[in-house]
Amino acid sequence: MGANLLCNYGESVAMLLFGIGFGNLLLQSNLIKKIIGLNIMDTAIYLFLAEKGYISGRVAPIITDGVQDVNKYINPIPSGLVLTGIVVSVSVTALMLSLSIRLYRRYHTLNLDKVAMILKKEDK
Amino acid sequence: MEFVQNFPAFSIMLCLFAGIVSSVLKKNAAKWLNTILIIVVGAMSVAVLYYTASMNTVYVYQMGRFSAPWGNELRIGCLEAGTALFFCIIMLLSLLGGRTHLEEDVESSRHNLYYVLINLLLSSLLALVYTNDLFTAYVFVEINTIAACGLIMVRQNGRTIEAAIRYMIMSLLGSGMLLLGICMLYDLTGHLLMSNIHEQVLSIVAEGTYKVPLLVAIAIISVGLAIKSALFPFHAWLPDAYGYSTVSSAAILSSLVSKGYIFLLIKIIYRVLGFEVFHDSGIINVFFIFGLCGMIFGSFSAIRENDIKRMISFSSVAQIGYIYMGFGLGTKEAMIASIYHIFAHAVCKSLLFIASSGLTDVSNRSRHFVDLTGAAYRNKIAGVGFTVGALSMVGIPLFPGFISKLLFAQASILNHGKMLPALIVLAISTILNAIYFLKTVIRIYTPVENGRNLTITFRQQRLFGVTLLLFIVFSLALGSCSQPIVDLIRQGLESEIISSIPNTIHQLAQSLMI
Repeated sequence: MGANLLCNYGESVAMLLFGIGFGNLLLQSNLIKKIIGLNIMDTAIYLFLAEKGYISGRVAPIITDGVQDVNKYINPIPSGLVLTGIVVSVSVTALMLSLSIRLYRRYHTLNLDKVAMILKKEDK
Repeated sequence: MEFVQNFPAFSIMLCLFAGIVSSVLKKNAAKWLNTILIIVVGAMSVAVLYYTASMNTVYVYQMGRFSAPWGNELRIGCLEAGTALFFCIIMLLSLLGGRTHLEEDVESSRHNLYYVLINLLLSSLLALVYTNDLFTAYVFVEINTIAACGLIMVRQNGRTIEAAIRYMIMSLLGSGMLLLGICMLYDLTGHLLMSNIHEQVLSIVAEGTYKVPLLVAIAIISVGLAIKSALFPFHAWLPDAYGYSTVSSAAILSSLVSKGYIFLLIKIIYRVLGFEVFHDSGIINVFFIFGLCGMIFGSFSAIRENDIKRMISFSSVAQIGYIYMGFGLGTKEAMIASIYHIFAHAVCKSLLFIASSGLTDVSNRSRHFVDLTGAAYRNKIAGVGFTVGALSMVGIPLFPGFISKLLFAQASILNHGKMLPALIVLAISTILNAIYFLKTVIRIYTPVENGRNLTITFRQQRLFGVTLLLFIVFSLALGSCSQPIVDLIRQGLESEIISSIPNTIHQLAQSLMI
């Protein structure tokens, strides 16, 4: 178990980062910190994918010097998945940031707990 | 290859392009484009449904004709086509019913943007229903989330901004977990297409290797989708998001968006993992317990609520609990009951939301119960619509809610270990449903002396009235013609199970009956 963790240290770090990001997104009350957590979480998954796609001693799957042997290149699919994931993550982050701007203009705070308290007062 | 087989791919593409075109159209043009689009997609779904059901076939559509391990595929059977048709009908009716409110809630210059979101939402729902590729499913889950967030946000006030942010946070937690689970599954099996993953998962299980990683991947995907579809402990965002958005959005969010995720989960259970593997993983017990808790706590929160829209939203939590309880029972009968309940709940919940908007219109826009007294006399058709929805939710015969409860009860008898808790909670939940829905029905049919509030007749709101009538007819049809629909679901599910082991409990029950 311990030996596996050591030799797959990239994946272990990715899982740790995923946990950190997930916790921040869930537990922070400040919106900007939540968004940072979201980005850490997504990046951790890309690290995980990149680690899984890499085969030591091989190069990126772009044909160089006419070498067409499959065994010279790493698996290109995880890289493709990472690219797609980055696009999704960028758009989601942009949406979250624009929502935060809206919220700040209205309530002059980025703290979700405070916003919830203001809303409760508005109800009464 | 026959021409009709292209229709699913066409309908997804049409929705995407209509979304792009709508962004530069005027308000009315966008509205008509959207209406025609939904009708065309619905008609294409009818053709595909007729083709697959009459031939009793399931076919794979290769996008761009790239063959299996590399290309992207759609997989179409009668269950998929039927679900797509159903989603189209509900979406069309919800939009028609909420049209007058949309005029008031959304600035005139932004109406075309609303239809952009609706078109994108429809395309992502269709893609979730049809796709045979896990990563494509993830991408469309995100499109679905963003479009749904826009639907909440489109009515501009502080409440909806806060609700949209809470919705986004929970959704992003869920989709992060879903993505991680898909990556782990890819890592274990080396494939992204559902059928290829299924073969590899079966061989992994047969060899008995990678038990823990497979369990972790299944758990993470299940929890991710459960968060996104608002299973009981993760439902905190739901009442605000549904309760404060404009009424069409609320109807679409509660009846379609969460159902899209649940449908994806059913596909993952049946096509990616195989029913037996999922059954043996123990996740179903977790689903069972949280489903039961959701049925009780959702109803309790609804009873305590004083605001009619939030009450209906909390009732969604209870109904989603039913669906997950069906997964948790772990038999095919229960799965059929869950899918039927997805349809039944979608019709009744959108009907309730639309009807409640008609009731609040004649009560000074107040959503509190005290002000709603006698509202059914002031807006008769909305009162009838609300009563039909409420009776169906409680489970009165003739209505779809009764059939799904009957199916759940029959399915739970086949599972000896879980029969007692399932039946008891089903009974308790029915009583709780009756308390809060019938309380509301009695309230809106209590006459008041001083009729200072305005009255709306059928003639003043023709579109609204016709939509509610269509909703009522549709729900009655779903309830009274349940057997063909159940047969269709069974046919769709059975054609999906390629190589998993037949259901032994069901066979035993059948042999006992003979």
